[in-house]
This record gives sequence, structure tokens and C-alpha cells, in this order.
Amino acid sequence: MNAASEGNSGGKMGMWLFCATEMILFGGLFLLYAMYRFKNPASFHAASAELSRPLGSLNTCILLTSSFMAALSVLSLRRDNRTHAGFYLLATIGLAAAFLAVKGCEWAAKFHHGLYPNSPELLLKPKGVILYFGLYFTMTGLHALHVIIGIGILSVICAWILRGKVTAKRPILLENAILYWSVVDAIWLFLFPLFYLVS
Amino acid sequence: MDTRHIPEKKPPLKHVTGKGYAAVWFALMALTGATVLTASLHAGRAALYICLGISCIQATLVFLFFMNLCFEKSMVIKLVVPIVITLLAIFIGLTFSDVVTR
Amino acid sequence: MADLAVQGREYAPYFADKGKYPGILGWVLSTDHKRIGILYLMAILVFFTSAVALGVIMRINMLPGHKILTGQQYNAFFTLHGIIQIFLVVIPAVPTIFGNFFLPILIGARDMSFPRLNLFSWYLFMSGAILALVSIFFGGGAVDTGWTFYVPFSLKSTVNVPLAVFAVFILGMSSILTGINIVTTVHQLRAPGMTFFKMRLSVWGFYSTAWVQILATPIIGITLLLVIMERLFGVGVFDPLKGGDPLLYQHLFWIYSHPAVYIMILPAMGVISDIFPVFSRKNIYGYKMIAFSSVAIASVGSLVWGHHMYVSGQSDTAGVIFSLLTFLVAVPSAIKVFNWLATMYKGSIQVEPPFLYALSFIFLFSIGGLTGLMLGALAPNVQLHNTYFVVGHFHYVIFGGMGFGLFAAFHYWLPKMTGRMYGKRMAITAWFILFVGFNLFYFPMFILGWQGMPRRFYEYLPQYAQLHQIISYGSFVMVAGLFLMMANLIRGAFFGEKAPGNPWGGATLEWTLPSPPCTENFEEIPVITRGPYDFGNSGASA
Repeated sequence: MNAASEGNSGGKMGMWLFCATEMILFGGLFLLYAMYRFKNPASFHAASAELSRPLGSLNTCILLTSSFMAALSVLSLRRDNRTHAGFYLLATIGLAAAFLAVKGCEWAAKFHHGLYPNSPELLLKPKGVILYFGLYFTMTGLHALHVIIGIGILSVICAWILRGKVTAKRPILLENAILYWSVVDAIWLFLFPLFYLVS
Repeated sequence: MDTRHIPEKKPPLKHVTGKGYAAVWFALMALTGATVLTASLHAGRAALYICLGISCIQATLVFLFFMNLCFEKSMVIKLVVPIVITLLAIFIGLTFSDVVTR
Repeated sequence: MADLAVQGREYAPYFADKGKYPGILGWVLSTDHKRIGILYLMAILVFFTSAVALGVIMRINMLPGHKILTGQQYNAFFTLHGIIQIFLVVIPAVPTIFGNFFLPILIGARDMSFPRLNLFSWYLFMSGAILALVSIFFGGGAVDTGWTFYVPFSLKSTVNVPLAVFAVFILGMSSILTGINIVTTVHQLRAPGMTFFKMRLSVWGFYSTAWVQILATPIIGITLLLVIMERLFGVGVFDPLKGGDPLLYQHLFWIYSHPAVYIMILPAMGVISDIFPVFSRKNIYGYKMIAFSSVAIASVGSLVWGHHMYVSGQSDTAGVIFSLLTFLVAVPSAIKVFNWLATMYKGSIQVEPPFLYALSFIFLFSIGGLTGLMLGALAPNVQLHNTYFVVGHFHYVIFGGMGFGLFAAFHYWLPKMTGRMYGKRMAITAWFILFVGFNLFYFPMFILGWQGMPRRFYEYLPQYAQLHQIISYGSFVMVAGLFLMMANLIRGAFFGEKAPGNPWGGATLEWTLPSPPCTENFEEIPVITRGPYDFGNSGASA
């Protein structure tokens, strides 16, 4: 039977396939991390001591809660409660912004200590440490870029919900945005232990 | 004639409920606490595997519930994550076969 | 069939349909999959011709006593030739031209799942092309690293590597979006009654390719981003001075670029699988095996990338594993060749231009494939790596394989797309010149490579002069055949006789439509009751 006649879930399939590409994009970076950690176990351990475990844990909790808020937003929209949906989306965006703020503080602290790619201090350290921070800035940077894009997308969807363009009958745009956001969250769930919990 | 009172069946769930989401969130937070605790126990190599294992469980919870995979009907969508994980495992595994044996 | 009323309107071919926008806007703002296919066709024609011109200049340079390029220029020439041919022509061509134009028709749909995303893919494609063009003239000049952008040279070279690499990144995004569109369309929009095993084999080809596009392309995305990051910020992941491993670049690069060659060949093989039954008036032999082999090539082909790196510093253990997998991936391709030959056996052969291209495809692709096995074996690779043998091999599989498959598709489907037939005698003459020229051009490369001539060198020792001469003259013959073929097709497209709805007697869905189709494709979505290659007893069309 023609799947389209059963209620087109083509949009959802397309979004899932796009999420697959995002996961594989980061997968390449995880591959590099795996190889370099294998070759430089002691340096990775030493370097990770520079990161703040409390701040990393806080960010993990922030992001998980933002995913929770996002899921509640979809639920509210399905129950045709547009104000609640908008409210939960704003909460998601707020938490995402908080995540970026914490990350910004972490990076600022690193720069202050002279730990950034190609810095003179960093180049004096063992090679494993240079690689660790190279991967740290690249991976958390790319992740933060995805968070920024996510904030943009969620803001637009929030505006569309309040204007009536995304409704309980046509929730696909919100659902797809939340799919994207959950992938961003899931990627962080792996970044966190790999950078902050090296012991 | 059958006079027994047949209780009305509840319609099958098509979507996670608000309470369901809250339960998942709570589990995710608890697991985060667990993974931080494991890391501070100085368990050595085992800590890496336990922490990554907890991440996998957390990601699974996110995929299944926050992304509604448990109620998904399309086979293609349900297979996306297993396919991606298998593919990445192969890429990393085969590359390891070079790096480890050099 | 000619006077259809579609949804109350008179029949109008898709290119004459007066839509929302007038003139050229009606093309560049159109979301009709057929118009988008034509947009890709125009663009790819220009890119292909420019890359061929670059190749001709390179071959003139390689004639004894004709050194017209400096070393730096030669490096830029072969790099651009590679980038254009691979990322702007061969990877996109069959999926974006014929996939876009015919996939919805072949599955009985009105359009792709995401028509606007389809148009956006074309815009990304053109943006990538423009960025690549701009990178030639600014920021240090044309890239000279080879299309493979190997580190550490690509990190050190003073030419405009970041922009060129970013252009390829954008092209990758275009490829991913096309892949997503194709997979979703095949899953969602098949006509009632069309199960997966009633689909055309060309649809299987597009479908398997689309999965590889989705799953493999992000890896080159991240790899190229890392090259840009290295050049801009010095992160160190590929820099040995900072502990980085250049070989990991090669791993990441080939994890995409090997499956990329399957992106190139699978759609072409799908078209060939469609052509043989029509011109043998016989059902395809082993439909399910061909369908599964497409999936097998896509899957196993993602595991063999290390065979590009046997002598780059990779461990021998990994070399053995990759070599074994490389030999395994040859099996599904061989299955296809046997099935095509078995389709022709005891069939009623119609010698027409598409058939001739399909036949020569088998010959040329087999030579390419067999020489690939020679390269895939560890010991011979030590002698043959980075020689002209490799250049001969990949031109046989890519040009002889995918290229001839593309030309076969043009000769098969252009009458449907334009409503006009090209000159058949001229087409066959052009094919003959092209075929002879091709072999004169590329076969001696195997001998040259075996004798030790390295690739990407702009000059050589005198002992190689004679073979280089044959190769260069062969290239001129081949280009003459190419030019003749393209001129004939273009003339036929605009001035040829009007083509009937089913000039070849095919039994599949596109031949039930008038040539060319109207914008909505089908008057009513058909209900599929029989297989795709059912010719019935008389071999007549549907």
C-alpha cells in the first residue's frame, strides 16, 4: 500500500536519517579520540585533571533537563495546549543558553591558563596533552555550534507555535526539532565521560 | 445473554505520558550521579567501560523515550540507531586493527 | 496516449508547463523533480566538459617535447580534474540527473518526498561548484594537493586549501540531502502494489546508493572540517609535531572515499540492469540476486578502505584484513556480470545505442575490476601503488564503468526526457570511436605503471616516452568520440524527430507515459500487478 496514503511520516523519516548523519559526523571525532587515547593514556589522564568535573556534571544535568522540557513541549502540543508547549520550549531554550554560558566560562578559564590550540604553553606539554586539548576544543566546539543552531531552530518553532503555524494537527516540525535536540543531548552524554571522567 | 460487566479497555498508548517522561528524567539524573561516582572511585580501566556503559544506557533512554522510538512503527526509523552504532563500531574497530598492531 | 487530460488540464510536457514563475525563474525556482533533474544535467555537462579540457591539456603536456605546464600548474591541473570529475560529475551524475528525473516515475509517484529540499540540494551543489571555482583565483591559488588532500602537505601548501576543502564539504551536504530524499521517497511513495521486489533494479541501485550517501558522507565532512581547523587553529590532530598521526587522516578520508566509488557505480549498474532486459526482450536473470548484490556491494564496500594504504605505514595485520575484505567485495559485482550475460543468453537482441554502451560497460568494468584485484593483493600493490597502473584501473572502473553507464542512460532515457530521438547511426559511430579511443588511452597505462612510471608526475624518463605518446593520442581519439556523442545527443534533443512514448519497447512504468511526461507524471497513480520486466510472449510494450 502507498505509505503516503496512511498519513505521511516522510518528514519524520527524513529527520531521523539526518540525525544519523549528525551522529556519524561526531563519530569521526570519536574515532580520533579512541586512537589517540589508546596511544597516550597517561597524558589524557593528566590533561583531564585540568577540566572541572563539577561544571561538566552541571552541564550534563542542564542538557538532560532541557531534553525533558523539550519532550514535555511535544506532549503539550499533542494535547493542543499551545501555551504550555511554548512555555516548555522556552525552558528548553533557557537551559540550552545556560549550557552555553557554563561552557563559555570553562573555555574562558582555559584560555586564561594558556590552554588553547597552538598556544605556547600548550606546545610545551607532552604530545598527548596537546592532542587531548585539540580534541576537547574541536569536539565541544562543534557540539556547542550544534547547541547554538538548536537554540535558533527551537526559537523559530516556538514563534510558529504561538502564531498557530505548528499545531496539534501538524506537529511534525516541533517533533523533528525535538529529535534534533535529543541527538545533541545524546552526543553530550558521550562527550562528558570521555573528557571529564578520565581516571 | 452475557450479563457480565466487561470493563472498558483503555486505548493502547501511542505516546509517552508526562509521568513517563518524568520517570525517565529521574533515571537519567540518577545515572549521571552514578557515572560521576564511578569515576571518582579510581577503578582504573574498568571505570572507562562502566562510564561508557552508563552513557549507552542513558542514550538508549533518550532515544527510546524522549525521541519516542518505543512507539515508532516504521522499521527504517527503528533501525537507524542500530545501523549507525554498528557502522561506527566497524570504522573504529578496523582502524584499531591498524593502530594496535603497528 | 498523446492527448491526455490530467486533472482537467490539457497535456503539456513538463518543460512547457506554465507554472508560477516565468522564464528562467520557472526553472531555478521549480520544485518539479524533472526540472531539477534537467538543472543538474546542465550544470554537470559544463563541469564534465571543463574537466575533460583539463585532462586534454595534461595529456598534451605529457607528449614528449611538449611540456607546456610547470610542475606547480600540473599539480593544480590534476587536482582540479580530480575534484571536478569526482565531486561535481561522477558522484552526483546518475542519482541527481536520472534519479531525480525518473525515480518518482519508476515507483509511480508524482514527485519526491521533499521537493523543496530537492531544489535546495541543487543550490548547495551549485554553491560548492562556485566556491571551488573561486578558490582557484583567490587566497593563494588553485589547490595542488591532489583530490585526496593528504596531510601533511595539505596543511602546509600555501594555496587556497581551506576554501577548496570547504567547497567539497558543501557538495557533501548536497549529496547527503539527495540521499535522504531518495530513501524516504522509496519507502513512502511507492504506488499501491509495488512491493520492494516489484521495483525496477535501477530503483534498487538508487536506493542502495542513497544509503551509502547518507551513512558515509558525514565522515568526509568531519575530515575536511578538521583540515580547515588544523590550518586555521593548529589543533594538532594530524600534525606529527603535536602527536597527531597523518595516517589517521588517510583512514578517515578513505572511510568515505571508498564507499564513494560505490556511490558512483551502483546507480550506473542499476541502469544497466534495466537496459539488458529491454534489449534482449527477456526477463532479467536473477532479479533477487542482483537486488541483494546492490545491498551487498554497499555494505561490504564500506569495509575495505584500507586497501588504499597498504604502503603508507599501515600495519601488515590491518593490510591482510582489508585485502581479504577487498577480494570479498568483488563477488557481488561478479554476480551482476554473470546475471547480465545470462539475461542476454537466448534472448532476442536489439542492437541499439543503449545496448552497445551497456555491453561495453561490462567489458570495461570487468577490466577495471580485475585490475582492482591485482591492486588489492598485498604483494603486487607494493610495486603498483601510486603508479599509472592505478590511474588506468580507476579510469576503467569509473569512466569505463560509471561513465559508459551514464552514456547508456542518456541514450536510453533522453528520448523520454526530451520527446525527441537522436540520430542512431551517428550514435553508434560515436560509440565506436569513443570505445576504441578509450582503450588506446587507458590500456597502455597498465603497462606504463607496471614498468614503474609514477602517477601525478609532470615529466618522466625517456624510456616511458613511447607509451605516453600512444596514451596521449588515444586520449585525443577518445575526446573526439566524446564530442561526437555529445553533439549528436544535443542536436537530437533540440532538433531530432519526435520520439514515440515507447521507442525501445520497454515494459516499465516510464514507457507508459508520453514522451516527454507532463508535470504531474501520472493521470492516476497506477496500481502495480506484475513484475518490472514482464515482456509477455510477444515482447510488446505495456
